[in-house]
Amino acid sequence: MMKVLTANRLTDGIAVWLGANGRWLERIDHALIARHREAVDALEQAGQSAFHDNLIVDVAVIDVDEVDGEIYPIRLRERIRAKGPTFRTDLGKQAEFQQASAA
Amino acid sequence: MYRYDEFDHDFVGQRVAQYRDQVERRLSGEITEDAFKPLRLMNGVYLQLHAYMLRVAIPYGTLNSTQMRRLARIARDYDKGYGHFTTRQNIQFNWPKLSDTPAILEELAEVEMHAIQTSGNCIRNVSADHFSGAAADEVADPRPYAEILRQWSSNHPEYSFLPRKFKIAVTGAERDRAAIQVHDIGLHLKRNEAGELGFAVYVGGGQGRTPMIARKIRDFLPEADLLSYTTAIMRVYNLNGRRDNKYKARIKILVHETGEAEFARQVEAEWDKLKASELKLPDADLRAIAAYFAPPELQDRAEGWAGLAARKKDDEGFASWVRQNVTPHKHPDYGVVTISLKPIGGVPGDATDVQMEAIADLAERYSHDEIRVSHEQNLVLPHVALADLEKVYHALLEQDLATANAGLITDIIACPGLDYCALANARSIPVAQEISNRFASAQRQQEIGALKIKISGCINACGHHHVGHIGLLGVEKKGAELYQITLGGSGDENTSIGQIVGRGFEPEKVTDAVETIVDTYLGLRESAEETFIDAYRRVGPEPFKEALYGKTSRAA
Repeated sequence: MMKVLTANRLTDGIAVWLGANGRWLERIDHALIARHREAVDALEQAGQSAFHDNLIVDVAVIDVDEVDGEIYPIRLRERIRAKGPTFRTDLGKQAEFQQASAA
Repeated sequence: MYRYDEFDHDFVGQRVAQYRDQVERRLSGEITEDAFKPLRLMNGVYLQLHAYMLRVAIPYGTLNSTQMRRLARIARDYDKGYGHFTTRQNIQFNWPKLSDTPAILEELAEVEMHAIQTSGNCIRNVSADHFSGAAADEVADPRPYAEILRQWSSNHPEYSFLPRKFKIAVTGAERDRAAIQVHDIGLHLKRNEAGELGFAVYVGGGQGRTPMIARKIRDFLPEADLLSYTTAIMRVYNLNGRRDNKYKARIKILVHETGEAEFARQVEAEWDKLKASELKLPDADLRAIAAYFAPPELQDRAEGWAGLAARKKDDEGFASWVRQNVTPHKHPDYGVVTISLKPIGGVPGDATDVQMEAIADLAERYSHDEIRVSHEQNLVLPHVALADLEKVYHALLEQDLATANAGLITDIIACPGLDYCALANARSIPVAQEISNRFASAQRQQEIGALKIKISGCINACGHHHVGHIGLLGVEKKGAELYQITLGGSGDENTSIGQIVGRGFEPEKVTDAVETIVDTYLGLRESAEETFIDAYRRVGPEPFKEALYGKTSRAA
């Protein structure tokens, strides 16, 4: 079991992931991976709390894998959120962070 | 075109001020997301995969150059330099910040635009034939009635909490370019034997997960009764439409479950109480609104004919663009120009800020300041003199906007799909791009002839796949994308819903499948004049099934 916590930032809607340092990161690379039930519960709680603090919206715990040491979301939807539109590599995370590595 | 009066300015201005306050309160944490979400949706602000999305209404798909320039400016200043024209004749911006949306709405209000009722369970933007007021085959311009419906339905308290969203489309020609039979209400403006204007009224069409063709419940409704009769329909729906199940809440389900005759009877009974009321439209009001849509004074430009013939001879690219993208205007010295937003391998419906500005310039100089958005995700210059076509063509060519493919296989409709949309299950745009590249040859497209491919990335059918001659529906199966193919759909005066041809195709195989279908058609058509849809209606699905799956599929 490997999961990370994702959401969209309230002010601008940009996709973000909860990092190990407790901050919401604009890229998935350093997201905190929950590897057991208790850790997932903690993620969910952190999501609830950030939602109530009006930092983020559309919060969700998503399934990920680790491929060559990098976080790889299981669903295509989440891989697209982590990179940007697949036909416009000049947009989204893939453009903003050259080494974005999610997909 | 329609110009805001004091009331309109006031109404839109007030809404922007309210919204600005709502956003401020949301950002300060004073109101919760649950309270705020319906408020932002009422102003066209959605949350998608990467960012917020703002859907701006373009009433009946008509706008002027000032408005187009403003859309370009918004794309540049608040977004990422482009906008996406939709199958509802609207435009969507894919990357606005929530904190910027009040300023964007303010900018829109300055040019008489807004995003009201582009979401939610209300009467949405009324769509219309994109050639309205220009097409040679038109009986009368349907837009004044669309404008009357817009005014009547805007912020109407009775229609603010309908069971589900509600879409109305109007056309003023026998040839239906507005897909009225797949709308909740479709209005076909026509004349009766006495020469009076009125409507054939269709109700209960729609796409989505339960596609249905609308039923004609009245053959001729006098124009003065437009609002009383529409109100009667809305009241029957508002009272009896299902609110227990979102997927059964559209009026199509009510019409289907009630039965066409009984539904029509209920509407007539309701209408009896309303037709002599204040909803009856006074002739003076009808004429006053119609005056806003008076056709431009077009000077005779007969010199265009001779020059056009000569220039077509000299330039094959120009000749094929005229043949494919210019259609007859009411005035014989003019043409209606379709600006294709479907460059080969491009993103259907997308236009950059620079392209929008170039189009605005052309509209101002050559098309009496008018631009239209078509539900097929193209733009239209409705009143261009034949004598000016070459100048327009060359200006479009410079902006990569002169693809001569209107109505051909590469003129594909596609929803944003999983690349942007939070509802989608599969991508649409990359599939459209690959098909477009496969059929890039202009000669091959001409040989294939009229063929509409429509692609949706989920069952909500924003890409109109149910009425594509070839429809593609993207689904998610076992975590991967799969495309279901439907054949034989059509969204015109002979509306039909496409039938699923068989099991779906993986992304890397779907273009081959489309090519197999096209080759099968080319092999069986009786002549080059028999279009894909005509041939399909003659032979049915079997030859296509066999070509796609082999003979064994018959047993399956």
